[in-house]
Amino acid sequence: MFKIVKRQEMAQGTVVLNEIEAPLIAAKAKPGQFVILKANETGERIPLTMADTDPEKGTITIIFMIVGKSTALFATLKEGDAYMDVIGPLGAPTHIEKLGKVICVGGGTGVAVLHPITRALKEAGNHVFCVIGARNKDLLILEEQMKAASSDLRVCTDDGSYGHHGFVTDVLKSILTENNDIKLVVAIGPVPMMKACSNLTKEFGVKTMVSLNPIMVDGTGMCGGCRVSVGGETKFACVDGPEFDGHQVDFDELALRLRAYTADEKESHACFLNKAKQG
Amino acid sequence: MADTEKKEKTPRQPMPEQPPKVRAKNFDEVPLGLSPEAAVAEASRCIQCKSPACVEGCPVRVDIPGFIRLVKDNDFTGAISKIWERNGLPAVCGRVCPQEAQCEGKCILGKKGDPVAIGNLERFAADHERANRKAPVPERAPATGKKVAVVGSGPSGLTVAGDLLLKGHDVTIFEAFHRPGGVLVYGIPEFRLPKEIVFSEVDGLETLGGKVETNVVVGRSVTVDELFEQGYDAVFLGVGAGLPMFLNVPGENFAGVFSANEYLTRTNLMKAYRFPEYDTPVIRGKNVVTVGGGNVAMDAARTALRLGAENSYIVYRRSKTELPARAAEVHHAEEEGVQFKLLTNPTQFFGDDNGRVIGMEALQMELGEPDASGRRRPVEIKGSEFRIDCDLVIIAIGAGANPLLTQSTEGLELNKWGYVVADEKTGKTTRKGVWAGGDIVTGSATVILAMGAGRVAADSIHDYLTIGW
Ligand SMILES: Cc1cc2nc3c(=O)[nH]c(=O)nc-3n(C[C@H](O)[C@H](O)[C@H](O)COP(=O)(O)OP(=O)(O)OC[C@H]3O[C@@H](n4cnc5c(N)ncnc54)[C@H](O)[C@@H]3O)c2cc1C
Ligand SMILES: Cc1cc2nc3c(=O)[nH]c(=O)nc-3n(C[C@H](O)[C@H](O)[C@H](O)COP(=O)(O)OP(=O)(O)OC[C@H]3O[C@@H](n4cnc5c(N)ncnc54)[C@H](O)[C@@H]3O)c2cc1C
Ligand code: SF4
Ligand code: SF4
Ligand code: FES
Repeated sequence: MFKIVKRQEMAQGTVVLNEIEAPLIAAKAKPGQFVILKANETGERIPLTMADTDPEKGTITIIFMIVGKSTALFATLKEGDAYMDVIGPLGAPTHIEKLGKVICVGGGTGVAVLHPITRALKEAGNHVFCVIGARNKDLLILEEQMKAASSDLRVCTDDGSYGHHGFVTDVLKSILTENNDIKLVVAIGPVPMMKACSNLTKEFGVKTMVSLNPIMVDGTGMCGGCRVSVGGETKFACVDGPEFDGHQVDFDELALRLRAYTADEKESHACFLNKAKQG
Repeated sequence: MADTEKKEKTPRQPMPEQPPKVRAKNFDEVPLGLSPEAAVAEASRCIQCKSPACVEGCPVRVDIPGFIRLVKDNDFTGAISKIWERNGLPAVCGRVCPQEAQCEGKCILGKKGDPVAIGNLERFAADHERANRKAPVPERAPATGKKVAVVGSGPSGLTVAGDLLLKGHDVTIFEAFHRPGGVLVYGIPEFRLPKEIVFSEVDGLETLGGKVETNVVVGRSVTVDELFEQGYDAVFLGVGAGLPMFLNVPGENFAGVFSANEYLTRTNLMKAYRFPEYDTPVIRGKNVVTVGGGNVAMDAARTALRLGAENSYIVYRRSKTELPARAAEVHHAEEEGVQFKLLTNPTQFFGDDNGRVIGMEALQMELGEPDASGRRRPVEIKGSEFRIDCDLVIIAIGAGANPLLTQSTEGLELNKWGYVVADEKTGKTTRKGVWAGGDIVTGSATVILAMGAGRVAADSIHDYLTIGW
């Protein structure tokens, strides 16, 4: 069992942070890696990136958005409760090196995934521009942490309720225009956002890494459920990724594959809400 | 001689089964098991050969006439102890061994009529013992103080662990999944091998003092080097052949095209057949195509029927005689209504605007000259393309070597397909202190071969721990 030692709500309760006791994973995890969690006997295996780790305390931190049955179930777990299974660290770690100027772009809960990568890039000696965005001010997460982790933080909201009024791509474009020596862009967030960022950086000829979130089962390369097309080749995101060259990724295929279970997911979530109502 | 003739005339005792129409809609086990009377009657068909051919057909050399005589004498507890001398998982093997190619294939009675139902008898003895718990549990040798790490909890790993525990070593199994059992748990469906049987075998190991650490992906959570640093004296790799193969034809990434590994893992391990009580979904197709002809393909096609398919097709590029599945599985699949489209090779899949599979194009094949495997090579018939409408496709054309562990372990020699090179007589790899066996050495094979490899490795590990490398 993997005990939750700290629970915190963010973005008006739509996003939840759990710090979990998992000393073996905490000791090994590197930025960019994820874990798979299963709450209980009947639960699903859900992949979530480690937003932080504390090897000394033996804990890992996950930050997830409540989108369906499993994340809703996770959100009901309180401090002191435990996950039945946590597996990791999985996936290839981010390649961190000193390049010069880099830009990290995060949207929605993608910011949580971006956090350890941003920090590592800065620690490696890079000048890290950071752009984070959300639909509105209330949904923005980790602003303070991202400020500390980067050299220059810009914030935007879709509705203009805070920071720059507009999409992260607008700000990304202006940084790229002002700086012709950007060596790398890391873009993590919803699929349409990563696609838009990749299209933009392609025009500027700047290498771009994205972190893909296909549906997974085992996370060890055994099932092939997480396959994505990259440069015309099939890759398994759980072992070959989750990070890939954004200019090569077939985002449209990924978006369609993510919808494979929409009807079942709705049924499962409705069942769960019903039961919750009945107490 | 007269005796022989009389026994040949006793008919093979039929295995009672759920009727095909009923069982094709549920996940309960298909064969119901022999009654004690039927088991004794079946056992009395065996003529107790002096040099029994059946034993030669069994990869682990179970004393077949020995245990069958005990069944005949109503000593079912004696029978299971006899089987255990060579085989630690008889309830599993009795159900899944390809008996027609092994023990029963060699039985002398098979020359003129039906062979003795060795598999059914083995299963009977094991099930009887599980229900009654009378046989003396094997005694553990005094503790040696040596620590062994077993990576993977499939049949090879379970065998190594069991053998080494009995020899007095301290054994820990590390398993990537949240449940131990390997393919026996995530791959082979409940209706063919109830999971409770596998779990009871694992419980047996824990009773002996074995430790099982689930959720540990060796190579990621901990490396082989770190296991040695933690004080393990020997490491056995029994990680199976966990890499799904695809056809590499256009349209294979449409939603609704699964590897058999994914389809079966969702259904068996994650219990998607009980969705939404269990949270993991699986696509339930009306018209389902399974590509392949082995046990895995039969399991997938039969699972699809149970999940509500109106049409469940097996698409296989060779002919019926080349189907690699156990005879019983093909027979069961046919009885349940699985439709075989033989000499058929998929060329592409079609999808709708939502990226979901809606059809498959295939070519008709004919058999040409024998290939390297000795089987006649299927050749395409030009212009024979045709289309099958389908809303679910399961690719069951085999598995390869999963590189996750091997790539993170120095000093392991791999062959050109990525399988671990291990000595056949000892299971030793090219790295000192590391053994390997089962599908990660041979490629996809059988439960009993994986167990056999486990036994060989356990003997060699024991020698190493008591004598030296
Ligand atoms: C490597 C990786 C890292 C991720 N990291 C984070 C993170 O740090 N924070 C975060 O909020 N989300 C993250 N996700 C996404 C997260 O896994 C899904 O939101 C979650 O599985 C939804 O489950 P659900 O039952 O609540 O919703 P559902 O109702 O089941 O599904 C809602 C959406 O989630 C997707 N989804 C469903 N099941 C899975 C699955 N088993 N694997 C992947 N996606 C699935 C579906 O395509 C659908 O679009 C990550 C995904 C991957 C693959
Ligand atoms: C659907 C299906 C049906 C089959 N039907 C039959 C049949 O009827 N008869 C028959 O004889 N054979 C059958 N087989 C084949 C048989 O199951 C295999 O040959 C056998 O299970 C191989 O055993 P193994 O011990 O090598 O590995 P596996 O059973 O594959 O087990 C390997 C275990 O290692 C774990 N693992 C992998 N990597 C790691 C890692 N890095 N760290 C920790 N753990 C890891 C896996 O999760 C798994 O649990 C079937 C196979 C399948 C898939
Ligand atoms: S282990 Fe398999 S091959 Fe050997 S006797 Fe039993 S069923 Fe036959
Ligand atoms: S070959 Fe057949 S008849 Fe002879 S001992 Fe074996 S099972 Fe009995
Ligand atoms: S999640 Fe199964 S192969 Fe990636």
